[in-house]
Amino acid sequence: MNTVVTPAPADAIKAAWTALETLADPEIPVVSLRELGILRDVRQGADGLEVVITPTYSGCPAMGQIEEDVHTTLQAVGLQGKVVTQLAPAWTTDWMTDIAKEKLRAYGIAPPGGHCAKGRTEGESVLRFVRGAAESEPAVPCPRCGSNHTVESSHFGSTACKALYKCLDCQEPFDYFKPY
Amino acid sequence: MSATANYLLHLADNAVVLGQRTAEWCGHGPVIEEDIALANVSLDLIGQARLLYQQAAVELGGDATEDKLAYFRDVPDFRNYTLLELPHRSALVGYAKSDMDYATTIVRNFLYSALMVLVWESLQESKDTQLAAIAAKSLKEVRYHLRHSRDWMVRLGDGTEESHARTQAALDHLMPYTQEFWTDSSIETAAVAAGVGVNAASLRTQWDILVDNTLTEATLVRPALEGYVTQGKNGLHSEHLGFLLTEMQSLARAHPTATW
Repeated sequence: MNTVVTPAPADAIKAAWTALETLADPEIPVVSLRELGILRDVRQGADGLEVVITPTYSGCPAMGQIEEDVHTTLQAVGLQGKVVTQLAPAWTTDWMTDIAKEKLRAYGIAPPGGHCAKGRTEGESVLRFVRGAAESEPAVPCPRCGSNHTVESSHFGSTACKALYKCLDCQEPFDYFKPY
Repeated sequence: MSATANYLLHLADNAVVLGQRTAEWCGHGPVIEEDIALANVSLDLIGQARLLYQQAAVELGGDATEDKLAYFRDVPDFRNYTLLELPHRSALVGYAKSDMDYATTIVRNFLYSALMVLVWESLQESKDTQLAAIAAKSLKEVRYHLRHSRDWMVRLGDGTEESHARTQAALDHLMPYTQEFWTDSSIETAAVAAGVGVNAASLRTQWDILVDNTLTEATLVRPALEGYVTQGKNGLHSEHLGFLLTEMQSLARAHPTATW
């Protein structure tokens, strides 16, 4: 009898994906949670629909808001689900799509450059990473004028996932989404 | 209490105590970039502590929660290294008033981050899969903390006469506390035997190399390791932890049934 009111699991999963596809990140609203790699999976769990999310940084204060947004979005299309927070594999900016990177740039945030997870987990020693950091890091192009003539003014920026840079040509300060 | 729960609490207490200390700079940083940097470091540490306390609460079962573990345990229950509870200044009694010293903050964060990159790296192989996942996450964060504190070690040490003298003084003050990293404790021994924890003493050579390389570049002299070996991880703390916990726990204890 349930089938009358509850969609079949496969349909529910499809409907949930459609609804959550465009759900924006609460701190950087120009990109979606899916594009950022925070929304990992929608699946059928033991007690119904499960939405799997992963935190960017351990202390990311937006996780509570994200969980709430997921619930609200599902409810709006008549679905109910549980939000599951998953830590492994650890989130990396390598999961960010090219489209998302372009959206960040247009928004004024320099997108993460290079590929980070590989070098840092496959045999690259901690010592080498730290000592060589200054020389090995490629230039971060200014999101406004495109100049590579930029300088890091602070390792840390307005949110845990960003560093603060300054463009030496157009003189604008800007956020850099750290490769992570 | 299980070996895993005890070990998780040791790691969580380290993170929450240094997170709370570091947060004291929020709004008081020497320059705005550093104010933001330390708030970010603190946020990472408190985030790590939350994950570890949540997992400890699962291990402990019953009515344990992350908030109860952080806010309703007392000084002898905390298993953090003594190094992490010290105020941001040279050796003074707990109630003394003094300006905070940025060199002390940087040296402490450097010594601890240099240890934790190695600890988290090893704990990725922990038999406790949730701890292994927390380790993989925390490793990325602490590498960044190490980069930040290491850069400042060099800038301050190889900086002006004043910044060099203060950084050397902070190093002389704090280095003896790192002896605690390498001593055995029942918590660590049990966790290593269970395949959950890492034997910190096995990381010492790598830690020495990292620290010595940085000190050389920063033109700082490594002080001798001598004097009393602290035992914070065994629950024997300095007088400073009580002041820190009083401030950190007061709100939760004044409103024990509050939720947020």
